[in-house]
Amino acid sequence: MSGTIIDKIWDQHVVKAVTEGVDALYIDTHYIHEVTSPQAFTGLNDRGQKVFRPKQTIATADHNVPTVDQHLTIKNELSLNQVNTLIKNCVDHNIELFGIGHEKNGIVHVIGPENGLTLPGMTIVCGDSHTSTHGAFGTIAFGIGTSQVEHVLSTQCLLLGRPKTMRIEVNGKLGKGVEAKDVALYIISQLGTEGATGHFVEFAGTVFENFSMEERMTVCNMSIEMGAKGGLVGIDQTTIDYIKKRIDHLSDKKIKSWKLLNSSSDACFDQVIELEASTITPMITTGTSPDTGINITSNVNSTSRNSDKGLNYMQIEKNEVLIGKSIDYVFIGSCTNGRIEDLRKVAEIAKHRKKADHVTVWIVPGSNQVRNQAIAEGLDVIFKDAGFEFREPGCSACLAMNEDKIPSGALCISTSNRNFEGRQGDGARTILASPITAAAAAIKGEITDPRTYLN
Amino acid sequence: MKTIQSTGVVLAIDNIDTDQIIPAKFLKSTEKSGFGKHLFANWRYKKNGNPNPDFALNMDQHNSSILITGNNFGCGSSREHAAWAISDYGIKAIISSQFADIFKGNALNNDILPIALKSEDVSLLMHQIAQNPKTKIEVNINQQTVEINESNFSFNKGFEIDPLKKKFIVEGIGDLEFLLSIQKEIETFENSHVV
Repeated sequence: MSGTIIDKIWDQHVVKAVTEGVDALYIDTHYIHEVTSPQAFTGLNDRGQKVFRPKQTIATADHNVPTVDQHLTIKNELSLNQVNTLIKNCVDHNIELFGIGHEKNGIVHVIGPENGLTLPGMTIVCGDSHTSTHGAFGTIAFGIGTSQVEHVLSTQCLLLGRPKTMRIEVNGKLGKGVEAKDVALYIISQLGTEGATGHFVEFAGTVFENFSMEERMTVCNMSIEMGAKGGLVGIDQTTIDYIKKRIDHLSDKKIKSWKLLNSSSDACFDQVIELEASTITPMITTGTSPDTGINITSNVNSTSRNSDKGLNYMQIEKNEVLIGKSIDYVFIGSCTNGRIEDLRKVAEIAKHRKKADHVTVWIVPGSNQVRNQAIAEGLDVIFKDAGFEFREPGCSACLAMNEDKIPSGALCISTSNRNFEGRQGDGARTILASPITAAAAAIKGEITDPRTYLN
Repeated sequence: MKTIQSTGVVLAIDNIDTDQIIPAKFLKSTEKSGFGKHLFANWRYKKNGNPNPDFALNMDQHNSSILITGNNFGCGSSREHAAWAISDYGIKAIISSQFADIFKGNALNNDILPIALKSEDVSLLMHQIAQNPKTKIEVNINQQTVEINESNFSFNKGFEIDPLKKKFIVEGIGDLEFLLSIQKEIETFENSHVV
């Protein structure tokens, strides 16, 4: 079957071509959370309507939850109200909820894949821009607003224009200490935050073929940071092996049908971008936009994407090299880098070492399953011995909606996805980096090339 | 809604993300209303809560309902609270050289018109408003035009809008009403659709 994987999946989900440019697109799976769903449920309740396909809707509490003492009542009244509203809406509408404390609770984009709920060929939406994470499985997955959450709850469909397509190929071999996060930050630094606007991206090339599913998720996660509607990776044996561990009875026929969705060799994309893996190094961002990444050892002026406003906010000079710059906080977690492989890599660096005295280190696993796996492997002991706080799951300091806020003026190395002004707390300054770059900074107390910590 | 006539307020910053439009600390509400007072909160107010006199919205003497702003407006988070805050504040149209996709959809679903013009035309508008903040701008949705007819400045540029969205906005129909009207077709689709 000829065509791009994006167009093939899209075509399979068109309920009705409403006009030449707009389709009513069927949504297979709808993830919801406490922050962007309440107003949508109010819409249904006001109309006296029940959720159209509750079995295709899965809920979790993640954005607003504390990451310590989750067994206690949430202290912030407004946060508690949001979480309780989600519980009530799920009960009233018969929706499965992985609430706080549930063994399957965690960040929405971590729990979907790890529980075998995200499967190739699906259309997946959530009221969260990092829904593109699920694209790692060969899905059309994208973030939506709350009005659209209501549309999907009401009809399991959305009215959408077909996206343009872009293929980003990264070929060659990544160097030592160069992580999936570095690949993501590098691509964004090349394209800019609006470089893929209007497009759905397929990530391809040998780098993505060799990536694990978790690494693919890290890059697909940050598709939105290049402006893309979503990003995906084709379906291969790595995809199938990951899914086989999580669902029963996967037939050969099903696997074959999934692989047929992959882009044909003659598929025509609106744009093709080719990048070389060997040019990618460990990356850090310098300003207040995710496209301001540089090689960690380079001068800030090696990117032209900084604004004076952004650099002023960051208190970073145009002609500065950031290696050796003292940091205050390290945040390791989020839907970008809060999975078990991330924590294993952090533990490798933290083992037999201690954090710098002046640095606070928060490790927030993406889910209870990630947390329990880390404990089973003894990673929690390594973190404790290193002076890292190992917390309970949630979005945490990625967007600082809960208590986990970086203080004003403090400099944080973060494995999350956005370095916007105030993102991690009013006045907080954020440098985005990979888990190993964050771990190395935690030990040294300053921005450090992680390769010096690798054997 | 067919035409919008208003002065314009200029925020000449590129890549304004939805965290700036409405910071995450204000997302704890379960309502759609009341976000206008928090629009651009971290820029609009000083740390002590007083208005920042240097911020464009605080300097606007004319209650403008058209915002003219930098490239890639609305990037980042999918939070529709950004559109609710803008609408609640009283902005009805935003003119930029490019909008982030999710924000654009959210804006249209809240009857805010995201108008993309060439960046040189956006600059021209910004310059004119700096010269004369009383400049009257008329947005005509039917004709898809942005028009200014001042004695010393005239401006008339067309903009694109999806024909279906245009029809919905002009007639006051929402996506939801349409989708509910095709429920039979959705059920028929489901009968042959394998997940």
